[in-house]
Amino acid sequence: MDDKIINVKEFTAAYGDNIIIDNISFDVQKGEKFVILGGSGCGKTTLLKHMIGLYRPAHGSILIEGDDIAKAEGLERIGILKNIGVAYQSGALFGSMTVLENVMLPLEQYTNLKKDSIDLIARMKLNLVGLTGSEEKSPSELSGGMIKRAALARAMALDPDILFLDEPSAGLDPITSAELDQLINQLAKSLGVTFVIVTHELNSIYNIADRVIMLDKSTKGIIASGDPAYLRDNSGIPIVQKFFKRQTDEQLGS
Amino acid sequence: MTKPHSTTSPPSLETVTEDNNTLRLKIKGTLNAYTTAKIWNDSLTALKTTKPGQLVIDGSGIDYCDASGIAFITNLQVRQEQSGGSFKLEGLSDEINKLYKLFDPKDFEEPSKSGSKSSENKIETAGRFGYQAWEEIKVNIIFTGRVTVALINALLRPDKIRWKDVFITCEKFGANALFIIALVNFLVGLVIAFQSAVPMKQYGAQIFVADLLVIAYFKELGPLMTAFVVNGRSGSAFAAELGTMKVNEELDALDTMGLDPVPFLVVPKVIASLLMLPLLTVFGNLFGLLGGLVVMFSLGFTLETYLNQLTIAATYGMLLSGLFKTLFFAVIIAGVGCLAGMRAARGPSAVGDAATRAVVVGIVLMIVVDGIFGVIYYILGI
Repeated sequence: MDDKIINVKEFTAAYGDNIIIDNISFDVQKGEKFVILGGSGCGKTTLLKHMIGLYRPAHGSILIEGDDIAKAEGLERIGILKNIGVAYQSGALFGSMTVLENVMLPLEQYTNLKKDSIDLIARMKLNLVGLTGSEEKSPSELSGGMIKRAALARAMALDPDILFLDEPSAGLDPITSAELDQLINQLAKSLGVTFVIVTHELNSIYNIADRVIMLDKSTKGIIASGDPAYLRDNSGIPIVQKFFKRQTDEQLGS
Repeated sequence: MTKPHSTTSPPSLETVTEDNNTLRLKIKGTLNAYTTAKIWNDSLTALKTTKPGQLVIDGSGIDYCDASGIAFITNLQVRQEQSGGSFKLEGLSDEINKLYKLFDPKDFEEPSKSGSKSSENKIETAGRFGYQAWEEIKVNIIFTGRVTVALINALLRPDKIRWKDVFITCEKFGANALFIIALVNFLVGLVIAFQSAVPMKQYGAQIFVADLLVIAYFKELGPLMTAFVVNGRSGSAFAAELGTMKVNEELDALDTMGLDPVPFLVVPKVIASLLMLPLLTVFGNLFGLLGGLVVMFSLGFTLETYLNQLTIAATYGMLLSGLFKTLFFAVIIAGVGCLAGMRAARGPSAVGDAATRAVVVGIVLMIVVDGIFGVIYYILGI
């Protein structure tokens, strides 16, 4: 049985003539916690934005559960989008709504559930991410970690098959970051969701990732893929070694 | 647990009422956010009509259930237990049971209707209102004081003024507003002249349309119309600019650098407003009178007659009294706009709210100040 949930084929991303990612291919398996990593400016977020259908590939295709997200339009596109959830780096919560209303929004749009039921589901999602008690708060009243959690709850509102997280632990303290990693692991285990995560936080990578791909700015492609601990210890590629080692050195030195 | 596609067939519900005051709900199929709505409503209706002592959910037929399905089951459990009955869950697969156990139904008990909103008696409301009003007045007094001190310091040390910002603001506040000021005042002048010409015709007094227009324009309409337009353009722009800076923490950055935002950001805007608004008012007066000229032409008067009548009616006192007021309007426009921006809250609607506040408060204050000047000028006989 084919367990591929995302299939990226001969994918090229470009802004005008400026090629950011050149001809890469990879798959994400169902239920996997898949991490895209790389240095700043290597195109991690660009790749993610293509995977969630915000941009169209310059070449190649991205299939989400067999459907090409770039080519899909109208109802077909909405059908794909309903099966994915995205938590943006900044949280992107709607400031004019409470935290609860933010989580209720997708349910109100896409289901015919009654208001009471939607309210309960949204509260349960907030409970899952540990935000019980913050339902009526406005996003501006939340701390950085809480914003990330609320964004995750909103992304999970419709119980999507795939959750895309852009830099989930960026800007968070190590404890909050570790808690968020734990939450991601717990959600993956209990809800069976596939996670695609963009990050360059090494600790998070070791805590979360089943498999990583590493993008490289100079070759504009994937220079390594596999288990992060294996890559750290066994990769013969200097950039990969530098990436993993330099950061561990810093951690050791601190 | 294999995730089905969202288009999976809806689940089915079978309700069985048993002898010992037990309601058994047999659920089959897929429970997710898209499929649960119908059986959720049906189950609640069954629960409401039967009011069973015990509710049993038989979930052996559920082949898939996500958190939305668990919400449905939890909702039934909470309602049943809150009404004093017992609840039993049977036949769930291990995977679904694990998911069910992630949540504690107690966290989702429905709040009792009474006491959910804190009540406040009238005295408390009046007290809160009075306190808020006093706080508002205090903020404005403090800000006015800060701006005054900063302006005096700026006048004593003109080299410390950020002249580049002053000139940029002059261009935006003054030069870029010329067209709209000309248009609005021309049209207002034209309308006023036309409306007054009709009744004056009955008395053969159309020539006095010129007197009416020049007195009204120099003393009231010119300064007010110009200030209103500028307030809408620039007062809101000042509020939006400073509001965005507040939201982006730029004001905090200034603060931590030891720079007071008032001399740094507000004073250049106040100076530019003080320089530009009287000039714009003169320009506005001119176009208001031009609007009157069009009407006078249409009534058969010549340019010389119109100008002659204007010079008879108008005095320098009228012109200067109107222009003097604009200095106060200028401070109001810049001050209120900047204060609204600096007091902006966080969040996406903060900047919009600040701009609205700047325009509304600015207009109200200008009318109040205009009224005060009206009384003063009357007493002084100007």
